[in-house]
Amino acid sequence: MAPGTLSTFLKRGAIWGFIVLELIFFTVAGHLLAVGEKTFMDLDNLLLLFKQSAPIGIIAMGMTIVMVNGNIDLSVGATYALSAVVLLDAMTWPIFGGLGDWVIPVACLLALLTGLFLGAINGIIVWKTGVDAFIVTLGAMLGYRGLVFMYNGEQPTSHLNWTLVDFAEAQFLGLHTATWFLLLVTVAMWFLMNRTVHGRNAYAIGDNREAAVNAGIKVGPHMMINFMIIGFLAALSAVVFYAESGSVNPNDGSLYELWVITAVVLGGTKLAGGSGSIIGTFGGVLAIQLLRKGLSHIGADTSTVNLVIGLILIAVLLLDRQLNVKGKGELKT
Amino acid sequence: MAKLSQKDIGGFLARQGILVAFVLFMIGFTLANQRFLDPDNVMGVIRSSAILGVMALGVTFVVISGNLDLSVGSMMSFSTIVVLDLHDKLGPALAIPAMFAMTLCLGAFIGFLVGYLRLNSLIVTLGMLSAIHGLTLAWSGGKNMDIADKAGTWFSFFGQSRMMGIPVPILIFALLAASLGMLLAKTPFGRKVYAVGGNNTAATFSGIPRARVVFTCYLISAFCVATAGLLQASRSMGSQNTVGQGLELEVLAAVILGGASLMGGSGTIFKTVIGVLILGFIQNGLLLVGLQFYVQYVVTWIIIILAVWLDIAAKRGKLWSPIA
Repeated sequence: MAPGTLSTFLKRGAIWGFIVLELIFFTVAGHLLAVGEKTFMDLDNLLLLFKQSAPIGIIAMGMTIVMVNGNIDLSVGATYALSAVVLLDAMTWPIFGGLGDWVIPVACLLALLTGLFLGAINGIIVWKTGVDAFIVTLGAMLGYRGLVFMYNGEQPTSHLNWTLVDFAEAQFLGLHTATWFLLLVTVAMWFLMNRTVHGRNAYAIGDNREAAVNAGIKVGPHMMINFMIIGFLAALSAVVFYAESGSVNPNDGSLYELWVITAVVLGGTKLAGGSGSIIGTFGGVLAIQLLRKGLSHIGADTSTVNLVIGLILIAVLLLDRQLNVKGKGELKT
Repeated sequence: MAKLSQKDIGGFLARQGILVAFVLFMIGFTLANQRFLDPDNVMGVIRSSAILGVMALGVTFVVISGNLDLSVGSMMSFSTIVVLDLHDKLGPALAIPAMFAMTLCLGAFIGFLVGYLRLNSLIVTLGMLSAIHGLTLAWSGGKNMDIADKAGTWFSFFGQSRMMGIPVPILIFALLAASLGMLLAKTPFGRKVYAVGGNNTAATFSGIPRARVVFTCYLISAFCVATAGLLQASRSMGSQNTVGQGLELEVLAAVILGGASLMGGSGTIFKTVIGVLILGFIQNGLLLVGLQFYVQYVVTWIIIILAVWLDIAAKRGKLWSPIA
């Protein structure tokens, strides 16, 4: 065994090991503590788990490429809410009155374009002004949220279209529509990051921006595209979720950036950029959802869920530092 | 020629831009509404900015030392709930120190993780945002906290009364700003904070105890948060669990507006106070002009980005970034 193989293996597999541990723990604890149904995981529960992972999961895929690229996006929750408002409101606009059910694809398209556009704004500001992505998207988080509130005040925006609800609740080959979208996005993003020039450049830029510039990589357009991807995915997540629920509160999605970043970091992506994987993020998303479900299964309330998730995030960071090769970044921190 | 003047204007705006913007805003709002500069209105704005301001003072220390603190909003909810709950159980004289001690413990925990264990402050405080929110919910059982006997306690002193005609929250904010400003600008500790944030490696080689400095910065931040929680609790005498939710971002916005770099090593207490006042007056001015409350978020967004952009544009001598 070559030196470092074990630690590499531990790092790669850590998230899946964690998922297995969660499964065992909640199954055992469920038998001892659960108030109602004793079984933690059966097929129905598993399918539901995937479906409920979709809103966070879809955004997390975009966050992975943005973070690998060395940036961060804190405005995803607000983008999500604004796209949802556009989606639901567009279906009631009089100019689309004659379209019948054809209003659905039009409204979805408008919502997705909204996300793409908001992402592009972030991207072009980061590219052209050189302001740190953290500050740009922190500002956008306030600004986009302000737009949501300006749109409809504190009133929820509601519109139920039953054709759309049927589509969202449908199951194809046993999986819900939302799950299909999650899987589709995962595969597409995996392909983008591992099999295309854009993906390879994203890693290169995140790893060492100077070197990437010297190698002739156009850093700016790549960053901009990544921000557009995450904006688009935030909007897609909103489309998938609100197709079914049909009502959006102006505060919806307000802690999503926290959940998404937690999932991505759990999945092993580094904040500094240059390393991370879609598969890891997928594991991170499942692990978080499993934790939320498991804790509620054994009767824990919201307070415990918040506490545990926060502490696990810190623990993962600590573990990650221990597993990393000593001495490499010791003085840099 | 044209290039030179652009650079000069950029440089001037970057150095004094935040004050220039402040003055322009004040003039604009005064022209739009006579009541804007009314002493009562000005006093009201500063009073309602005091809670945000007190928190921003502590975060300034953390940011200058090169770290972030996203947990202050969540921590402020915690201290508000705790002091309100203990008020009825122990009485105000014991509740206040007990709350300060608990909040300082949270700060010490974060300081230990970021300072001594060298974990990434963004992720640690993001985790603590969630964890402390959980603690708050567990403490209150998810219910709103209220002081039972609102008339028969002196607890309202901190948030509601006046001394020499000035509201007490403003006095506390001013006192804290002055003393922390002195600490940062005039003491060896203050210089160490700048050194650690400016160049960590150099600071380490110069024998500055990085871990202890960072730890102390988080303690200072927690102390400020506890003070803010006290002001909030005393002002409203009752509170929801989510009273501080989202405040961490407004606090950070104020600190960044004041010109502190998130890379660490720059910023002052005075500029942070200006940043806080700008946010407060913009909010108030937009309302007086008759715009919706939420417009301030959009305006804040634009101002933050312009402020930081002009700042770094002046440093590199070019308006547009060199990113290819």
